[in-house]
Amino acid sequence: MIRVQNITKRFGDYAALHGIDLEIQDGEFIALLGPSGSGKTTLLRIIAGLEFQDSGEVFFNGEDVSQRKVADRQVGFVFQQYALFRHMTVAENVAFGLSVKSRRERPSKAEIRARADELLRLVQLEGLGKRYPGQLSGGQRQRVALARALAIEPKLLLLDEPFGALDAKVRKDLRRWLRDLHKQMGLTSIFVTHDQEEALELADRVVVMDHGRIEQIGRPEEIYMDPATPFVSHFVGETNRLAGPSGGEIHFRPHDVELVAEGGQAVLVDNVFRKGGFWRVEGVAGDALVEIDVDAALPAPAVGETLRFAPTRQRQF
Amino acid sequence: MSSTSLTAGRWRRPSVLPGFGLTFGFSLAWLTLIVLIPLATIFLKAAGMGWSQFVDVGFSPRAIAAYRLSFGTAAAAGLVNAVFGLLVAWVLVRYSFPGQRVISALVDLPFALPTAVAGIALTALYAPTGWVGQYLDPLGIKVAFTPIGITIALVFIGLPFVVRSVEPVLADLGKDVEEAAATLGATRSQTFSRVILPAIGPALLTGFAMAFARGVGEYGSVIFISGNMPGKTEIAPLLIVTQLEQYAYEGATAIATVMMLASFSILLLINLIQAQGRKRMGA
Amino acid sequence: MTMRATTEGFATRLVLITVAMLFLGFFLLLPLVAVFSEALKQGIGGFIEHVDTPDAWAAIRLTLLIAAISVPLNIVFGIAASWAITKFSFPGKSLLITLIDLPFSVSPVVSGLIFVLLFGANGLFGAWLAEHDLKIIFAVPGIVLATVFITFPFVARELIPLMMEQGKDDEEAALSLGASGWQTFWHVTLPNIRWGLLYGVLLCNARAMGEFGAVSVVSGHIRGETNTMPLHVEILYNEYDFVGAFAVASLLACLALVTLVAKSVLEWRFDLHGGAKH
Repeated sequence: MIRVQNITKRFGDYAALHGIDLEIQDGEFIALLGPSGSGKTTLLRIIAGLEFQDSGEVFFNGEDVSQRKVADRQVGFVFQQYALFRHMTVAENVAFGLSVKSRRERPSKAEIRARADELLRLVQLEGLGKRYPGQLSGGQRQRVALARALAIEPKLLLLDEPFGALDAKVRKDLRRWLRDLHKQMGLTSIFVTHDQEEALELADRVVVMDHGRIEQIGRPEEIYMDPATPFVSHFVGETNRLAGPSGGEIHFRPHDVELVAEGGQAVLVDNVFRKGGFWRVEGVAGDALVEIDVDAALPAPAVGETLRFAPTRQRQF
Repeated sequence: MSSTSLTAGRWRRPSVLPGFGLTFGFSLAWLTLIVLIPLATIFLKAAGMGWSQFVDVGFSPRAIAAYRLSFGTAAAAGLVNAVFGLLVAWVLVRYSFPGQRVISALVDLPFALPTAVAGIALTALYAPTGWVGQYLDPLGIKVAFTPIGITIALVFIGLPFVVRSVEPVLADLGKDVEEAAATLGATRSQTFSRVILPAIGPALLTGFAMAFARGVGEYGSVIFISGNMPGKTEIAPLLIVTQLEQYAYEGATAIATVMMLASFSILLLINLIQAQGRKRMGA
Repeated sequence: MTMRATTEGFATRLVLITVAMLFLGFFLLLPLVAVFSEALKQGIGGFIEHVDTPDAWAAIRLTLLIAAISVPLNIVFGIAASWAITKFSFPGKSLLITLIDLPFSVSPVVSGLIFVLLFGANGLFGAWLAEHDLKIIFAVPGIVLATVFITFPFVARELIPLMMEQGKDDEEAALSLGASGWQTFWHVTLPNIRWGLLYGVLLCNARAMGEFGAVSVVSGHIRGETNTMPLHVEILYNEYDFVGAFAVASLLACLALVTLVAKSVLEWRFDLHGGAKH
């Protein structure tokens, strides 16, 4: 179990993290989700021991590791740009963590080689061990970085924007592959992302962060269906905002509406286009811009028409 | 709190990488010993001289003539290099022609060739009986042992500064801005003067300033071709050496101080130009 | 022939290239040719006769010795300084970089002078040195000091931008995989910077062997003892032994050519592997 307790971190005048508390169960796959500057990468690096907190503690299985060096924490860290050692072959990269062990703990050369081969097989790069990182595609490099991190048999796997440097198609394939790998290995893992889709698709639980604070922790459907704060509501998924009847704001998703004959909210239609099984209607309701989805089985609303709708599910902030 | 001790009282941002104390301490100590203390001595010695003595020896007619010669020829050479260095950089970056790689390597020759070797070679070329001099002499053009000769030596020394400082900027300046200028109806020469030149201006100025600074202090390549006539073709660095040989340490120190202040001002100027350029480019 | 918007016509290009080549030919190539042709004026035999003298050999040995001392010192300093500067953040960093570059903006003659003022007979430590029978100025230590000063920034200034660009990810990756500080340096950092380091060393070495002004001030020109090759060239030249001067000069010119070739090969390699960028 990983426990992060009241972590704060400043960079000069800039407060990166204010009092972060977080508990992660063994085998969980956790996403740290937030915009840039939310502190998610800083938190990941503090857990790894690559950055030092100003106050607060990090516990691995009840043991305070705050003072422990990164080399002694036994965490696998996959860097955003992979940080593969360019002058080493793929196999040498994967074997690095084993080959730098002290002579007493170091496995024999043959064992190291066997372990590297095994890991390359795991990440489906069998036979590419003799290549150099420069000769691989982005997706392959990503998997080498992962194999290298796994070689030290980490208790915890940390991934910084693991798909950030890849193009869309490769990203989707790798995402599925990583989820399967996690299921197969059951290794406690935390990854940082700014992409909500990635977080909602992969993670067991999502930690939404903004301005150095945790906004919400929850299962993906909780985050999506029951956002705890206006920020989460706005950041995760599409959200319409209207002034509430008794002050504050009402948030609702475009698909959480039904058309009504009377009452409800009037919207003057500006633009209509097909979006999957719906008509996406963009319009003006009062002084707010709203987007709502109308069943595509119905005829398309016309521009200039006024529709009336009522949210079927909404949240008041 | 146990973890607060990790960062307490640090003046640098803590890092997981080891070795800051060792490498920073060693670098600073070595820098102080080899560079800072020796350089400070000269100012210390100058400060100990008293103002009137400093002015007497530092700005004697002979010294002033030497400064004028050194700064004048360095400026002239810098200008020649600004023009031809830009041309060479342009040709190397924008065109392709046989032998380009060799020529590009040759541009760095002045960095690699010992200055004394350049000095005697240039003298052999431009002396009245030399390879080039023998054709110039009948025309009444004297190069060796005149300020022209000094300028030629400084052109040799300064060329790579301009080329190497302009080249990367020119290469970075994408074709797209030129294409944009062309689509907006600019002629080629308008594009050059209004788009390209302003973009490489700071780099060109930096190259000029570096060539100029180097030229002012240059010794080895100049003394053979300059003739070394006091008041006429005696450059400031040579005057320092002459003073030293006569054990006139005060004179040497005063002249060196003036020259160093001048070079540091140029260095400061270069940094300002670069900072300005960076700010404008938003990098 | 098509006219394109973003290049010059063939004639303009030809003229520009020709002018540039003539300029380079006159100012760079011709002096180089002159060195070798003057050196070989009396044929190979004359060349060898002029180089194969005890004084010339002493100068060659001294030049190699000076380089062998000052280049490694600058390597150690260059690596240490760039490690501290590029891998950590601390206030005053840009001032430190400026100070490291300082020797570039000091006249070689002044670089010699400062050590004369410190260690010369009338210098700050002159009396103390004389008392202890130590000789720095007009002796090898002075030449080493002046050379180290002159070449001070060479290695550091090649490494700093390179290591800045490479960032700290590789080192952090190595540490997270359990490597110690030294293991990280030897197995990860050093291989990453080796070509840049070699590049800096090449330039540093060329300058160390070829430095004239600074060394001239501190050496005292004692034949067979404190004469480096460039100083020996000067002495021979001033004695009107032109063939001898150019013969020794041609050895230095060869060093310059080797440096240029090696440097170009390195630059070519950098581009090939994207090593400098990446």
